[in-house]
Amino acid sequence: MNIAVCLKQVPDTSEVRINPKTNTLMREGIPSIINPYDVHALEEALTIRDRLGGRVTVLTMGPPQATDSLRKAISYGADHAILLTDRAFAGSDTLATSYILAGALGRLMDREPLDLIFCGKQAIDGDTAQVGPGIASRLGWPLLTYVTKIDGIDPTNQVFQVQRKIEVGREVVRCRLPALVTVVKEINEIRYAPLPDLIRAAHYPVEVWTNADLGLDASQLGLKGSPTWVNKISTPPMREKGEVLAGSDVAPAETARILADKLIPHIVVPNR
Amino acid sequence: MTAKKKKSPKAPPSAFTEKTVPPITDNPERSDTKAHEQIPLESIEAPKNLPAHGIWVYIEQLQGEVAPVSWELMGVGRQLADKLNCPLSGVLLGHDIQPLTELAFQYGADTLYAIDDPMLKPYTNECHSIALVQLCQAHHPEILLIGATTTGRDLSGSVATALRTGLTADCTQLDVDVDNRKLLQTRPAFGGNILATILCRDRWPQMATVRPRVFSKPEKQPERSGAVVWSDLGLDPSKTVMEVVERILDERTEGYLDEADIIVAGGRGLGSKDNFKLVEKLAQAIGGMIGASRPAVESGWAPYSHQVGQTGLTVRPKLYIAAGISGAIQHLVGMQNSDVIVAINKDPDAPIFRVATYGIVGDAATLLPAITQELGARMHGAPLGTERQL
Ligand SMILES: Cc1cc2nc3c(=O)[nH]c(=O)nc-3n(C[C@H](O)[C@H](O)[C@H](O)COP(=O)(O)OP(=O)(O)OC[C@H]3O[C@@H](n4cnc5c(N)ncnc54)[C@H](O)[C@@H]3O)c2cc1C
Repeated sequence: MNIAVCLKQVPDTSEVRINPKTNTLMREGIPSIINPYDVHALEEALTIRDRLGGRVTVLTMGPPQATDSLRKAISYGADHAILLTDRAFAGSDTLATSYILAGALGRLMDREPLDLIFCGKQAIDGDTAQVGPGIASRLGWPLLTYVTKIDGIDPTNQVFQVQRKIEVGREVVRCRLPALVTVVKEINEIRYAPLPDLIRAAHYPVEVWTNADLGLDASQLGLKGSPTWVNKISTPPMREKGEVLAGSDVAPAETARILADKLIPHIVVPNR
Repeated sequence: MTAKKKKSPKAPPSAFTEKTVPPITDNPERSDTKAHEQIPLESIEAPKNLPAHGIWVYIEQLQGEVAPVSWELMGVGRQLADKLNCPLSGVLLGHDIQPLTELAFQYGADTLYAIDDPMLKPYTNECHSIALVQLCQAHHPEILLIGATTTGRDLSGSVATALRTGLTADCTQLDVDVDNRKLLQTRPAFGGNILATILCRDRWPQMATVRPRVFSKPEKQPERSGAVVWSDLGLDPSKTVMEVVERILDERTEGYLDEADIIVAGGRGLGSKDNFKLVEKLAQAIGGMIGASRPAVESGWAPYSHQVGQTGLTVRPKLYIAAGISGAIQHLVGMQNSDVIVAINKDPDAPIFRVATYGIVGDAATLLPAITQELGARMHGAPLGTERQL
């Protein structure tokens, strides 16, 4: 089983500032982590590899600093890491990002066949949940999102079975391999990296691919290749100022009475 | 509220389940052939950017029941269509869906594009995305709105990529720039601290997903009707690559949180699972459901399906009572559209008071029982608001 995991390096906080000129994220000075859902995607890939053999390759698109996340993934036990970095990639929206990642995965597959691609269900800085589906669509691979469990994999017959979360419960889906899977946190518990892996990670030669390696159509990259753009940034409107009914000096029963006077009209439907 | 969805052990018969499916166990032997047949979305041509026209709303249905967000979108879609002076259409995919068609018109659609095919009976990303892409390519909608449910997010990402168009996730406001015919798609960004308005340039349809409960459901107009445009899916069932083996629906005895009229929510400030029971008692007394902040869920006081906020549900009840919840922005984005908000917090500076209609500064553990008793007694006998009045 050869597996690729797409990781995103994200800011460690939701307190991110915006560049007022370009309306894009200012990432400088904010500590970065691997997107938490992607860590679970990696963990699942490693578990499968440990059971069935094969290799796990991690990829990320980002600035050169994103190498940190790739090293971290190596320390968790990934076999190989590839950084996709190029000025032409900067400012890509989800459509352009899936184009770049799919292009890189295609190149990886020229070297070794892949059976599965794992992604986290979404990234915590954008929350779009679009890149995984986008990659699958571009590769023409089947897509299984919100996966909570992998029931079993049968590489001989090229088929596997998963459970996935749906709005009203869950469903069991059987699917042909290769396929792209996005995972939720419930899928597994993260193991700690053993010391030898930490040492290996520190010295690991991360492979770097630019667009010179990928040869992608420049008009589909970066801001130019992104149909969506931020037109305006605003702050959420505040609700009207409320009313403080009672402070801590009023007896609870009295407070309850005052509140009930206010609420009864809202919660009782008149007799029809 | 329907309580009919009980545990149903098997999915309805589909094109797939007629085959007997042996259980899959790990088989470590690698096959030497990678050959597989499938229907690559890539083979569907991207649209030639013909003049696009009309607003479409994807009507999500599961086993004959329509997701409420679809009608909420029909409501906002109607307003946008009137501004742009263009038709509003529904899109309905499934099998045996005829009974649902008239609902689309009653909720505001002028036209309904529909495909009825056994392969669309259980939702699969594969067949539904192909169906929706085909319809878009045949009819060129200008705007396509989809509910930001798990299914809607699964579907929209595939469809937008196949059509090579832009997609904005989780919008909370929609408007149109009439002169440029642009959809103004506003969504909370970076933890809800700011709102970003996003536009899609030179690609169609302009696609957006919208969170449930952000817009209100329009009134049903029983006298409205319209034309259904039926299409064929035209896929070969033997070439599909995925099948739903089983669908296990949650026991649904009390309905969904995002459909509740009254929610009593508790946070970390309650301090213990025992104190969280005080929230449950109040909810019970006034016919509401329980909600929870993320820490309350993480402590195991309430199940995840009751988490309100950015990584939980967006709710819009008539009454939201927040006890021991500080009001972090990630929680507020999930409940600030509630009609009436009551906050109980011992810290007078807690941010929750900024959105509260009524604030009470004090200890939730002593206030909740008092409120339960008072409201319980005063409401005794009175029928509770079980239906949302919009
Ligand atoms: C990416 C991301 C996503 C998130 N998603 C969500 C989400 O979906 N939902 C969510 O809720 N949070 C979410 N959070 C977490 C959020 O930032 C807050 O940490 C969380 O909402 C705080 O929960 P709380 O109000 O219960 O706890 P706290 O912030 O700890 O607040 C407890 C409150 O209780 C009060 N209190 C203490 N004792 C008492 C008492 N005896 N009586 C009355 N009041 C008392 C305190 O004054 C305090 O205001 C998310 C965070 C991130 C970074």
